[in-house]
Amino acid sequence: MTHVIAVPPSLDDHSFEQVLEQVAPLPDDAKLVVDARHVRWASPYGLTALLTFAQTRKVMPTLAVPELEDTASYWARAAFFQHAEGLYELRGSYPKRREAGESSVLLEITPIAKSDDVHAVVGHVQERAQRIIKSELKLESKAIIGFAMTLSEVCQNIIEHAGQGGWVAVQSYNWTRRLGRRVVVIAVCDAGLGFRKSLESTPGHVPTDRWDDAAALEAAVIRGVSRFRDRGRGQGLAGTRSYVGRWKGKLSVRSGTARIAIVPGWDDDVPLAEGLPAFPGAQVQVIIPEAVSDTEAR
Amino acid sequence: MMQQHIDISSVLRQTLACDLYSNLVTRKTGAAVRGQIEQLLSDSPGDGRALTVIDFSQVSMIDFSCADEVVAKLLLRYSDEEATEVYFLFRGVTDDHWDAIEAVLERHGLALALESGDDVRVVGALSDGERRAWDATYRLGDATEDDIAAETGTDGAGARDVLEALWRRRLVMRVDGRYVAVGGARHHG
Repeated sequence: MTHVIAVPPSLDDHSFEQVLEQVAPLPDDAKLVVDARHVRWASPYGLTALLTFAQTRKVMPTLAVPELEDTASYWARAAFFQHAEGLYELRGSYPKRREAGESSVLLEITPIAKSDDVHAVVGHVQERAQRIIKSELKLESKAIIGFAMTLSEVCQNIIEHAGQGGWVAVQSYNWTRRLGRRVVVIAVCDAGLGFRKSLESTPGHVPTDRWDDAAALEAAVIRGVSRFRDRGRGQGLAGTRSYVGRWKGKLSVRSGTARIAIVPGWDDDVPLAEGLPAFPGAQVQVIIPEAVSDTEAR
Repeated sequence: MMQQHIDISSVLRQTLACDLYSNLVTRKTGAAVRGQIEQLLSDSPGDGRALTVIDFSQVSMIDFSCADEVVAKLLLRYSDEEATEVYFLFRGVTDDHWDAIEAVLERHGLALALESGDDVRVVGALSDGERRAWDATYRLGDATEDDIAAETGTDGAGARDVLEALWRRRLVMRVDGRYVAVGGARHHG
């Protein structure tokens, strides 16, 4: 029996949960048709999570591609179809070749599996991020280097902890609906070990009474705990948190059945969501918004 | 004392398979760069005493993981090392590098001598006493324990303890029974 999974018209980190909720009652080897025909917009998180989702399935799912030409065209420019061809049976028509010149895509969807990939990603993004962060987000020059550092650290999270490859994408866009400002967004998703299993591999790890995905996320993201005994470990996420705080951005990390977020004043997300549908690996999103004066912020 | 200059961007190019990147990113790259620096230090002739300039001038950026490997672990490796006396003077560190370096110094309770224009200052985790003693040593060019005691208003034993601590941290050198701040001798002839 084939199950149809409806993808929400606007696909982001929150609405992606609807995909997982539909899949939760089904066995891992269920035959799925992921119906994205009516999707009009997808964030970098939505696209990288869709690729990651396919990697978690035992049977290759089918993806019905967006019918809207603009949407399919954007997915092609973001290199989604290029990677999805190996993970989904694609149904419907979509641009087979990526068109150049998409200025809002700072980094098309890129696989991350080794240290060299991180070098390539950071090198690729640096120049374009400079223009976007200064001209469009109106942030100080210092934000540019911090952005590259943040990108590097969240990508390294895959290499250090996932135990398998993952995906990264970076995009800037005008986030009219939620914020009314421009934002630049980093999404990094993998279907690997996840934070709980990674921390459980620490030599001598003794789980606390309340040891679950949420506790693991709190330990790693808030307290900088790492599975390595090396005291220098765990600084990447701490640095990311500090960068996000400094520029009034948002960091959210989902792993297993929980999601933790550093929530800025402009957002109404919950700091910790538990009991979410299970999803392997770790999914990280960083949002840096356009600067506004204090008057505008009010 | 043996002196040498290590251009981190050159080491980075030798370390990476391709020379397109001037960014010090990833823990693996940092560990490889540090390994190369340690190799250069062990290959250098001399009696195990060396002042090495670590030059970041041509490095675009460094992330936290790489700073932990290249800066923190390098300092940890040579601090309080019995067999050798290796001192580091950091050059070309800009605001673009500082966030990552500052974070790892704080994390490990480390400090380093940093060239800043024509001056050298000590940055990172130091007690007030250590900072005063280092500043006084740098200002005087070279100094005895009594000189530092007089300059900082402490007694001789207190000055000796602080100078010993700074020496173990490789922030001051011992030269002919006197103390010289790392990076200080050059400025004071």
